Amino acid sequence: MSTTATPRRSVTSILRRWWRQLTSMRTALVLLLFLAIGAIPGSLLPQRNLSADKVSQYYADNPSLAPIVDRLWGFDVYSSPWFAAIYLLLFTSLVGCLVPRLRDHIRALRRQPPDAPSRMSLLPMHRELPSGLEAKKVADVLRRNRFRVAVREKPDDATTISAEKGFLRDSGNLLFHFSLLALLAAMAFGALYGWHGNRILVAGEDGEFCDSLQQYDEYGLGPNKDATDLPPFCLRLDHFTDDYLPSGQPTKYIASVRYGTDGAAPTTPYDLQVNHPLELSGASVFLLGHGYAPVITYQDRYGDKQTTVAPFLPDEGTQTSSGAAVFPDANINPKTHTADKDSEIAFQGMFIPAVPDQPPYTQSTSPLPKNPALMLTAYKGDTGLDSGQPHSVYSIDQKQVSSGALKVVDMKKKMLKLHQWSTLDDGTKVKFSGLREYATLEIRDDPGETFVLASAVLILLGLLPALLVRRRRVWVRLGDTGELGGLARTEYDGFGEEFDRLGEAIAATPTREPDKIGSD
Amino acid sequence: MGTNGLAELSNATFVAAIVLYAVAMFGYAIEYAFSRRASMAAESEVEHRELVTVGAGGDLPADDAPEPDDAPANNSGITPAQALAAGKVGLVAMIAAAVVHAATLALRAGAVGRWPWGNMFEFIVALCLVCVVVWTVVVARGLVARRLGLFTMLAVVLLLGCATRVYTQATPLVPALNSYWIAIHVLAAIIATGLFLTGFVTAVLHLIRRNYHRVTERGGTLRFPFTIAPRLPEESRLETLTWRLHVLAFPIWTFAVIAGAIWAREAWSRYWGWDPKEVWAFIAWVVYAAYLHSRATGAGGRRFAPWIAILGWGVILFNLFGVNLFVHSMHSYAGV
Repeated sequence: MSTTATPRRSVTSILRRWWRQLTSMRTALVLLLFLAIGAIPGSLLPQRNLSADKVSQYYADNPSLAPIVDRLWGFDVYSSPWFAAIYLLLFTSLVGCLVPRLRDHIRALRRQPPDAPSRMSLLPMHRELPSGLEAKKVADVLRRNRFRVAVREKPDDATTISAEKGFLRDSGNLLFHFSLLALLAAMAFGALYGWHGNRILVAGEDGEFCDSLQQYDEYGLGPNKDATDLPPFCLRLDHFTDDYLPSGQPTKYIASVRYGTDGAAPTTPYDLQVNHPLELSGASVFLLGHGYAPVITYQDRYGDKQTTVAPFLPDEGTQTSSGAAVFPDANINPKTHTADKDSEIAFQGMFIPAVPDQPPYTQSTSPLPKNPALMLTAYKGDTGLDSGQPHSVYSIDQKQVSSGALKVVDMKKKMLKLHQWSTLDDGTKVKFSGLREYATLEIRDDPGETFVLASAVLILLGLLPALLVRRRRVWVRLGDTGELGGLARTEYDGFGEEFDRLGEAIAATPTREPDKIGSD
Repeated sequence: MGTNGLAELSNATFVAAIVLYAVAMFGYAIEYAFSRRASMAAESEVEHRELVTVGAGGDLPADDAPEPDDAPANNSGITPAQALAAGKVGLVAMIAAAVVHAATLALRAGAVGRWPWGNMFEFIVALCLVCVVVWTVVVARGLVARRLGLFTMLAVVLLLGCATRVYTQATPLVPALNSYWIAIHVLAAIIATGLFLTGFVTAVLHLIRRNYHRVTERGGTLRFPFTIAPRLPEESRLETLTWRLHVLAFPIWTFAVIAGAIWAREAWSRYWGWDPKEVWAFIAWVVYAAYLHSRATGAGGRRFAPWIAILGWGVILFNLFGVNLFVHSMHSYAGV
């Protein structure tokens, strides 16, 4: 009774039904709305790709909720499987919808306009034409109006002229949707073959930077990009120019850099500004921000001096910054060369570019270094720097502090102005010995960029005719009498006017019998 | 006059524009409520074309119109002729307001020597001007009756009122905004948003009119807001107008997003970074794309279409106020 073919056929029929369902406009519409809804959490939750610090902050603020959010990819919404599922389903639906439509459109482009209906008076637009019009002349009028025209001789001695216009609408529609697919592909290409890195570039020769992965504070490398593929170039910051309104609103940021390509020393000057990236072959250099790097000198108990340039991170618009300076090699006995794990030194604190005369001293009066000061806390002990654990360079390792491995050492003077010394309780000294500026740079290469732009332009080029061009057909029947009929195949308010204009132009063509001219 | 003087004058014209829009709103409201023509709107198909010329010549044969059967009780002492006059006053006030409104932006530009859309306040002021200009064109082309300006004026006055909450002094641009792309990207966003606002107003009117039909067919009792519906134009006309405004706005919005991506590549190194402003611009794009598709999905889709348009405007509003004020974004130029 039942054959083996029946279940198989039902499976294929189910699949076919699903496919039809998926590629229907209604499903595409629902997926579009899902895509919109799916994009929302990424704008409200902190995202790892934008700010890993904010994600850590979220973990600290919501310790019980954060792991659940994380398991649902709430901190990586736009690279999450469920977000990908929505847009891949949408694009699959799109392909399933587009391919048959492309086939139909090509067929329509190659087909002659269909013949006139037998009862043209039933068409939405209809008017009488003077008799005796010449088919060739009428067809010419329609062709001049950029209609596709087919002339047919009928057995009853009548001639019908079919004309159709507005194919650009469907062409544009298809171009728009295929360009969306191209855009997605171009973005994927860029993600696979692109790379980017962030780097703080401190002013001065010793702050110089040459492109290699280890030189970046943070980087992202596309899966198909190798670390050895990075273009060899070097950068140096000469100085940073910034200007502000009295309100503190910035008006100018210029990083005067020098660069050298292909491994050459950085000699060519360039004024790097926001909105004016430095375009090198294989990489572009962007100015993202700037800050100050205090130079801190520490004199240990053996009298040895060590100096470090420590970039501090600006916390707010006035460039009040926080940071740390760590001296893991401090207090090494110069005779025995033995390191004393418990005598490493670290400082953590704030940098204030323009310290006010009155407290609170942490409220800088300007983002410019008019009266720079450091407020430091000294720590002594094991800084944890040798543990190999990665950790921020802008703060000391809090784990070492809470475990008691790193202890606070009192200082005589908490606030150091430029070139001032302060003595720690153990007799060693620290000095705010100088101030450097730094620029925060982003270096990026995205080989998909050009294709993304081209796709975007095609999207727009397709969109305009898809929305603005209207498909319409007109038919002329020339027999004993003449008549003209028209049909707008898409909503078109102005079709009546166009139809009337065409009617006038056709009626004005010369007739076969000259004596009839002017009779209408 | 110094730049400070220009900025102060700009503030004065801003207040004048709000007052004039309010005057226009009241003028239109009187016309809407009391003109005989308005009460016939539901029946009349042709009146909209005649109304076009009213502003210029006042050649409306108001007294020739037959008294409709369902003429509303007009016991307020306002005659239809007076109502028409109020509508004309409204039109004059609206056009005067638009001129003063444009001056607000021009004076700001003069005061700071830059494009007058560098912060949230200026953005809202500019988009409201676009909405008024679009509306004027719509009325001048005879697509809707003048008195419907009541609803556009209401939306504009409300939005300008919100703008006063985020008032920002005229200051030069921060370096990130200092690019010729501000003229392209932000202007496109302003034009598209102004069109979306106009489309939102007509979408709401369309819904009111449609539900009014549904309620009257069922024989139910009319409640606000459907009590205003008899004086609205045909359902199909409102639907078409909403559609056309969105058809115009969508490519401009698309362009604004693309221009923004190009600018983001110049300023922030990447063309797309899922910054909250970008995300919500994308959401708005997707919602409006859904609106444009909804018409192609038959009666079911058409039923949802005005709701999708309203949702789209909600997204735009969130992108404007929510993202600027409550979400951390690289686009936080609200200045408040």
